[in-house]
Amino acid sequence: MRDTDVGGRETFFARSHVTVIEPTNGWRMLDVRELWAYRELLWALSLRDVKVRYKQTVLGAAWAVIQPVTAMVIFTIVFGKLAGIPSEGYPYPVFVFAGLLPWTFFANAIGTIGGSVVGSAHLITKVYFPRLIIPLTSIGSGLVDLAVSSGVLLVIMLYYRVPWTPNLAAAPLLLLGLIGTALGVGTLLSALTVAYRDFRYVIPFLVQMWLYATPVVYPASLIPERWRWVLYLNPMAGWIEGFRSAFLGKPFDLAGLVISAVVGGLLFLGGVAYFGKVERRFADII
Amino acid sequence: MSMPAIRVEGLWKQYQVGGRERPPESFREAVTRAVAAPFRRLAGRAGASQRDRWFWALQDVTFTVELGEVVGIIGRNGAGKTTLLKVLSRITPPTRGRAEVRGRLGSLLEVGTGFHPELTGRENIYLNGAILGMKRAEIRCKFDEIVAFAEVERFLDTPVKRYSSGMAVRLAFSIAAHLDPEILLVDEVLAVGDARFQRKCLGKMDEVSREGRTVLFVSHNLAAISKLCGRGLVLGEGRLLVSGNTSEALRAYSKEVSGSHDLPSRNFFGPLTGKLQFRGVSINGLQGDDDVRLSPSEAVRIAVWGASTADLPSYRTTVSIYKDGQLVISRHDAAEPDPLPRGDFESEVVIPPYFLSPGEYWVEFGGYTTETGAWTWSRDQVRFHVIDEWSKEYDTLSNMGVVNLPDAGRRVHRG
Repeated sequence: MRDTDVGGRETFFARSHVTVIEPTNGWRMLDVRELWAYRELLWALSLRDVKVRYKQTVLGAAWAVIQPVTAMVIFTIVFGKLAGIPSEGYPYPVFVFAGLLPWTFFANAIGTIGGSVVGSAHLITKVYFPRLIIPLTSIGSGLVDLAVSSGVLLVIMLYYRVPWTPNLAAAPLLLLGLIGTALGVGTLLSALTVAYRDFRYVIPFLVQMWLYATPVVYPASLIPERWRWVLYLNPMAGWIEGFRSAFLGKPFDLAGLVISAVVGGLLFLGGVAYFGKVERRFADII
Repeated sequence: MSMPAIRVEGLWKQYQVGGRERPPESFREAVTRAVAAPFRRLAGRAGASQRDRWFWALQDVTFTVELGEVVGIIGRNGAGKTTLLKVLSRITPPTRGRAEVRGRLGSLLEVGTGFHPELTGRENIYLNGAILGMKRAEIRCKFDEIVAFAEVERFLDTPVKRYSSGMAVRLAFSIAAHLDPEILLVDEVLAVGDARFQRKCLGKMDEVSREGRTVLFVSHNLAAISKLCGRGLVLGEGRLLVSGNTSEALRAYSKEVSGSHDLPSRNFFGPLTGKLQFRGVSINGLQGDDDVRLSPSEAVRIAVWGASTADLPSYRTTVSIYKDGQLVISRHDAAEPDPLPRGDFESEVVIPPYFLSPGEYWVEFGGYTTETGAWTWSRDQVRFHVIDEWSKEYDTLSNMGVVNLPDAGRRVHRG
């Protein structure tokens, strides 16, 4: 018989570990230790999504570039040229791309996360793992796209002679906030979708409405200074303005970022907590 | 002192049947219902109808499994076997009660969970392994073994969607078989693949159970249960009926499934049907429930009984056995039709042991008289299964073709 290593990282799975199975009792906080123990599953599932994404497509990974660039061109024509929306002195394509980058990530993330749990019904009813792995997996392939389109943006900036600045160093921190917000909203929607499939139809509508409430195609400076804090109650406003500052080198609106971070943090905690409350019943009601 | 590997105390699990209340059929109904709802709740009727739509899949189940024990769980369909495994593997929470599992637990409720058709065999081994809870390093170390066991070496880099279903199942089982937890829960996953691969799987299970692993094993394959398990639990309607040694459990189970059963007379037709009625059929003493499972080593005794309202000068009963819609054999209760006096009668035909290869069989029967040519016949009355023989010593009967014969040919050396 094999001897399981007790102590160190393997403790979680070791023989000394007693799993107690009891009826669900309401709200539970995120079990980070367990999540960490299942990190290899997270990796395997994320890898699957990335690999499967572009199988049997002719253009393959080029789609990660084509999608945002096309959106940039259309938005530039419609909002930059026709509507004449100001872009704080930056070339409109660069301005809008810097906003589209985090927005596309967010919109795709809550879309895929929202349907992810229902889409993984076959796993949920047959195997145990922390259910939070599923929404986390959906983040993975979005990150790959985000990395690719960030590269594209850096190239476009060279073309329009917008210099790269030290502000870029803030991008990873902003990304963390962005992921947190996407996870909070996404997990909430995915848990609700399990019980009420109506939410499938709510998500696309929600994304569209949210886009208008977020300074993606317009700058936050369009809102009178006195009311700008209202805009930042939408955490996406903070992250998108933040990304824009990071890429374009304009100063950060720290007050705005703080408001967004607080609201985003609450969304994250709320979404994950609700998910944790209902996740054990998924297999029964899915 | 050693602690039990699994301790289950008063476990209950309730499921909702049929989902929510019937959706309203019209807007008008939706409105009237919404208006009426508070009043219904006040009257307490909503509560009553709520109860009707719930059922208990597990009721007060208590048992312990010691370290290294191999325990078989048997019971009819819907007895709660799978629910029990699902609760123990934490897929679904219990409604009441408590269970403790000591050590790393792996559960196998299905083979090939999470297989992705677009990914290659190699990619799926890593993916499925991770889903079953294996570490990447562990999979890498067993990779060659898995591939060899599944016999898919040549197709490792082919997407699984191009595999034959047999190949996919072999690969899936092979990954699962190399799972290495301290406690293993297995649900009826051995009923996959062809007979040869099934034997290989049972062999692997045997190996696993000899390694001192703790195993909970759900199966309809009674031969496998009796071979692999040291102890048996019999579940019926969510309750634990028997917990004892394997032969005790198997005995209790066959008693459980042989509850009396009336023959539906509507299934008979033909001109003789008015004069002669069949009332019952039994297979090896088990009365036609849908879970008659026989070992190949048993003779199949099919008894039918009924009553004739007239003296029939030349009559005989015929029993036909079908497999996959193909008539395998017809047997009669008499070599030539002979007189059947008015009154009750019972006919029996016997199929010798090892004659039928493993699989599902349907039995039809009836009778006819030669003077008038009148007959009565039934379609698809009962079925039985001949289960796969566990024992290797009968490997010469390796289940090829529709029928088997117990003895081999002979060979002489002329060298």
